[in-house]
Amino acid sequence: MNEHKPLVHIVKRTDIRWWKAWIIRLLSVAAALIVCAAVIYAIVKLNPLKVYGSMWNGAFGTKRRSWVTVRDTMMLLCIGIGLAPAFKMRFWNIGAEGQILIGGVATAACMIFLGKLMPTWLLLIVMFAASIAAGAIWGLIPALFKARWNTNETLFTLMMNYVAIQLTSFFVSLWEHPAGSNSVGIINQSGKEGWFPALLGNQYTLNVIIVTILTLGMFIYLRYSKHGYEITIVGESERTARYAGISVKRVIIRTMCLSGAICGVSGFIAVSGASHTISTATAGGRGFTAIIVAWLAKFNAFVMILISLLLVFLEAGAGQIASDYNLNEYASKIIIGIILFFILGSEFFINYRLVFRRKESTR
Amino acid sequence: MTQILSLIQSAIIFGTVIMFGALGEILTEKSGNLNLGVPGIMSLGAIGSLMGAFWYEQSAAAPVPVLCLLVSFAAAMLFSLAGGLIYSFITITLRANQNVTGLTLTIFGCGFANFFGGSLNKLAGGVGQISLPITSKAYRAVIPFLSNIPIIKNIGWLVYAGIILAFVLQRWMFKSRAGLNLRAVGENPATADAAGINVIKYKYFSTCAGAMISGLGGLFYIMDYIKGTWASDGGIEALGWLAVALVIFATWRPRSAIWGSYLFGLLSWMYYYIGGLTRSTSELFKTLPYVVTIAVLIFVSLRRKKENLGPSALGLSYFREER
Amino acid sequence: MEYAVQMKNISKSFGSINANSNVNIDIYKGEILALLGENGSGKTTLMNILSGIYYPDSGQIFVSGKEVSISSPKEAFNHHIGMIHQHFKLVDVFSAVENTVLGIEDEKFDLKAATKRIEDICGRYGFEVNPQQKVYDMSVSQKQTLEIVKALYRGADVLILDEPTAVLTPQETQRLFNVIRSMKADGKSIVIITHKLNEVMEISDRVAVLRKGHYIGEVETKDTDPQKLTDMMVGRAVSLNIRRTDPVNPVKRLEVNNLSVRNSEGVQVLKNISFTAYGGEILGIAGISGCGQKELLESIAGLQKAESGSSIKYYAPDGSVNEMIGLKPAEIMDMGVHLSFVPEDRLGMGLVGSMGMSDNMMLKSYRNSPGPFTDRSPSKKLAETVKEELEVMTPSINTPVRKLSGGNVQKVLVGREISAVPTVLMTAYAVRGLDINTSYTIYNLLAEQKEQGVAVIYVGEDLDVLIELCDRIIVLCGGELNDVVDARTVSKEEIGYKMTYLTGRGSDPREDKQ
Repeated sequence: MNEHKPLVHIVKRTDIRWWKAWIIRLLSVAAALIVCAAVIYAIVKLNPLKVYGSMWNGAFGTKRRSWVTVRDTMMLLCIGIGLAPAFKMRFWNIGAEGQILIGGVATAACMIFLGKLMPTWLLLIVMFAASIAAGAIWGLIPALFKARWNTNETLFTLMMNYVAIQLTSFFVSLWEHPAGSNSVGIINQSGKEGWFPALLGNQYTLNVIIVTILTLGMFIYLRYSKHGYEITIVGESERTARYAGISVKRVIIRTMCLSGAICGVSGFIAVSGASHTISTATAGGRGFTAIIVAWLAKFNAFVMILISLLLVFLEAGAGQIASDYNLNEYASKIIIGIILFFILGSEFFINYRLVFRRKESTR
Repeated sequence: MTQILSLIQSAIIFGTVIMFGALGEILTEKSGNLNLGVPGIMSLGAIGSLMGAFWYEQSAAAPVPVLCLLVSFAAAMLFSLAGGLIYSFITITLRANQNVTGLTLTIFGCGFANFFGGSLNKLAGGVGQISLPITSKAYRAVIPFLSNIPIIKNIGWLVYAGIILAFVLQRWMFKSRAGLNLRAVGENPATADAAGINVIKYKYFSTCAGAMISGLGGLFYIMDYIKGTWASDGGIEALGWLAVALVIFATWRPRSAIWGSYLFGLLSWMYYYIGGLTRSTSELFKTLPYVVTIAVLIFVSLRRKKENLGPSALGLSYFREER
Repeated sequence: MEYAVQMKNISKSFGSINANSNVNIDIYKGEILALLGENGSGKTTLMNILSGIYYPDSGQIFVSGKEVSISSPKEAFNHHIGMIHQHFKLVDVFSAVENTVLGIEDEKFDLKAATKRIEDICGRYGFEVNPQQKVYDMSVSQKQTLEIVKALYRGADVLILDEPTAVLTPQETQRLFNVIRSMKADGKSIVIITHKLNEVMEISDRVAVLRKGHYIGEVETKDTDPQKLTDMMVGRAVSLNIRRTDPVNPVKRLEVNNLSVRNSEGVQVLKNISFTAYGGEILGIAGISGCGQKELLESIAGLQKAESGSSIKYYAPDGSVNEMIGLKPAEIMDMGVHLSFVPEDRLGMGLVGSMGMSDNMMLKSYRNSPGPFTDRSPSKKLAETVKEELEVMTPSINTPVRKLSGGNVQKVLVGREISAVPTVLMTAYAVRGLDINTSYTIYNLLAEQKEQGVAVIYVGEDLDVLIELCDRIIVLCGGELNDVVDARTVSKEEIGYKMTYLTGRGSDPREDKQ
């Protein structure tokens, strides 16, 4: 009777234990590291273990390096936190890159034009508000069209990135300093107006504080607030949402404003709390990487910390290899790519089960 | 006058890079796969052609132009095919999310290309600046009679190859059985499956073939647009996203990608030829292709004409539910 | 007469449900066979087996006398069997001709020649198909015609039509019958899956009847009449002993007047429906599936747009009267009008699969707590109560409801709606797929609600239940209100007949009294 059944068939599974899922993910990371080691060996003919050792050194070798790793992790985490509500609603916000940049531009504008007019604490608040507003607007535009006309948000937000990049270039050359450098340079270098102040003896304490608050806030928002509850329902099924009397349009618009706003805050942190300048590289592709962070973490704020840390560690470590072995820093992207491929692929084994046809059923 | 001529020439050359990228992506998306890895695949094609040509020009005593073409072409195809296979395996066989996989492929591909592009000379023992005079020249060879026409005087043969490819693809997609099957897979895989079409096979084929065509965009970028050198300035990546935009602009029709790409070229280079622009305002001008694409996206969703909306099953993995 | 197809001892089960048990059926060449049965009687499953969608657990299939094995629609076509499903398998952006040739490998790809052949087929049987027309421009009836043409193009000699008239207007139905007759004249065999008796009488040569997965028998159409067929289809009335008290002091709650609704495709699904629902009674709604029950309930809940001229008045317990058309779903819910609809896939309308029982409990009430945060303690308590009282089998109240069995999911859904203390409680298919005991739990819950003065509207599939549970029953037929009957005096046959045969417009018997 079963003569037409294939040898292997794939069955969806719904009941995997959480620890099994994590074992699968860890195995995939391990497999990825082995492949990366092979790649490294093929390129530089060096003992991969030594190379991984020097990666560790690059990320945590000195106090300063550790802090930079923390700073970058916070940045990536912040963007991931911003993306989480949108993705949980099944709204593909590929536009974080643009939302970060616009937030950064707003921040830089405040620093440049208001820097001398008000005390830094007030300036920081103004910049914070400006970056929120800018990011929210950038997120709102595609959301309006999605809610009203169901315009494809993946492609819309993607295009918004490039509009933001060009706008950034525009402002960079407008605020060029010194003339002819084609960059804004370090803003307010002398007076440090609008820079994050060093707290508890460290320059990046405020970054950590802001992102921690946002992370906790987002965790609570998604899990305990009415809005978070609505987001889950809309993401699961718009039909159910309508049955429950939820206005799907309003939820889409509201959530994208929030998502854009937090990405805007990431721009604020990047400019005011890290680089103190603005350029098209301010976002540096992190808007895209954070999508993967949010997706892999299944929008769980705490899992995002782990994944952000992993990626930043790889990035920093690979940078170290590059300088140690006289290669260039793009090696990190290759390693990140390989690891992400493996993690993405491993989800299959979490969601599906392979069922092999047993011999006796072939009668 | 000469300004306009040179604007048109720049627009055509610029347009051809993204045209190849977009043609490949159209083929891919027609099977229902939204591959956001186009920038990565184009980078892979670029670095492949560069490495192939570099290796051959370095190792041969007197490089033969035809072999230069063949070696770099084969290498570009191999690299971009590898990118397409990775994407296909993860999204089609392992059913991972297409957007996330595509973005990862972009990170990987661009990183891979920039890594090797930046350290190629070092790895080869420090030969200084990479240049591929013979290969690049062979790719930029003009076609005898056409080069007498002033407006397209310096246009290399690859540009024409791109146009021909667009027409061939258009015909194949809309006038052949395989094309019909492919479109059915992208529109409604369950119906295609019920009609006896092998959905998985078509998805693999079009994604991999699409990747190779997109890879040609990278090759053209290296050999023609920047004339046989390398620059790790993210130029290919930016053009790769523009190629994704062009797919929407062309409403998934290969033939429309031809004029669409030239229009994008014009929009992208116009600032250069318009008088009175400062450097900053010219940056604003460069948003034009993206703004136009957004406008098209909105317009298409307003009109709801189904042919222009792209394949209905775009972005979804297909799983025939077993009962 | 020659056999076209013989199916012998076919059995097929899905999990614990036997969709077909030892069914025998013969299809002759050049005849129109009606396959008759209630919802869930296994008609469609049987024909899906013949067309290669399902593979039978046991049994044999003979085509033109030879035993065959059919494991895919493609193989069915190789045996010249084609089926037209209720959900059309067409590519929207393709033209008729492109859809027709899709997947055919063994002929030259030539759309011009294919167009010619389609036109020939159309000419021969009287179809009206424009080969160049895109499917998204077609009406439902045109799509159906195209599906038939597609089957004929592939050389089908046996054509199976699954409830072909469910989506058609009377005129379109007549046109369909004409082409069916001309196909029969051409020697084709046609099987119509249906439960509409008037159509059976009009078009078929022979009728085969299934009930609850079993083969009941077959008769020549000319030797039977609708009453006899109904008896075969519904079987003897079974006594269920559902608790039913007489309505005490019924008060008017809902008054529906001239309700007309069109679906998103522009087809009129409800036509001038008028009735009244009273607190303290259970109003049943009977009808073949897809006769407008869903739209009726959704209109009351504010989820469907009604045509102008429609009116739904709500008589609140405090004496105020409100027009509900134009109100938002949430506003209607706040008035105390609650809908629990169990869709075919069980989830997706009333429950969120990824959430646990506890979180699902507050789906409609989460707004009521003050402040920006959800207050989970009442829903937790409620979940515990529902779990205990309805005996919901779940590891914990936080286990995603997607992982629960169908019966338990329904208990959660119905339990939630009842707990909201509604004044009007609408339930649709509340016992869909449930075992007997769970069904009784739910009947009793509804009876309790009625005793507490709630106006209960019950949409169900099982006529025996409707007759024993409800006080009055509205019979819908093709989106129209055919009659309102007293459940205590009506016979099962009468309802079955009125579901399928549009008789004179009956008036609400209660309306005259008051």
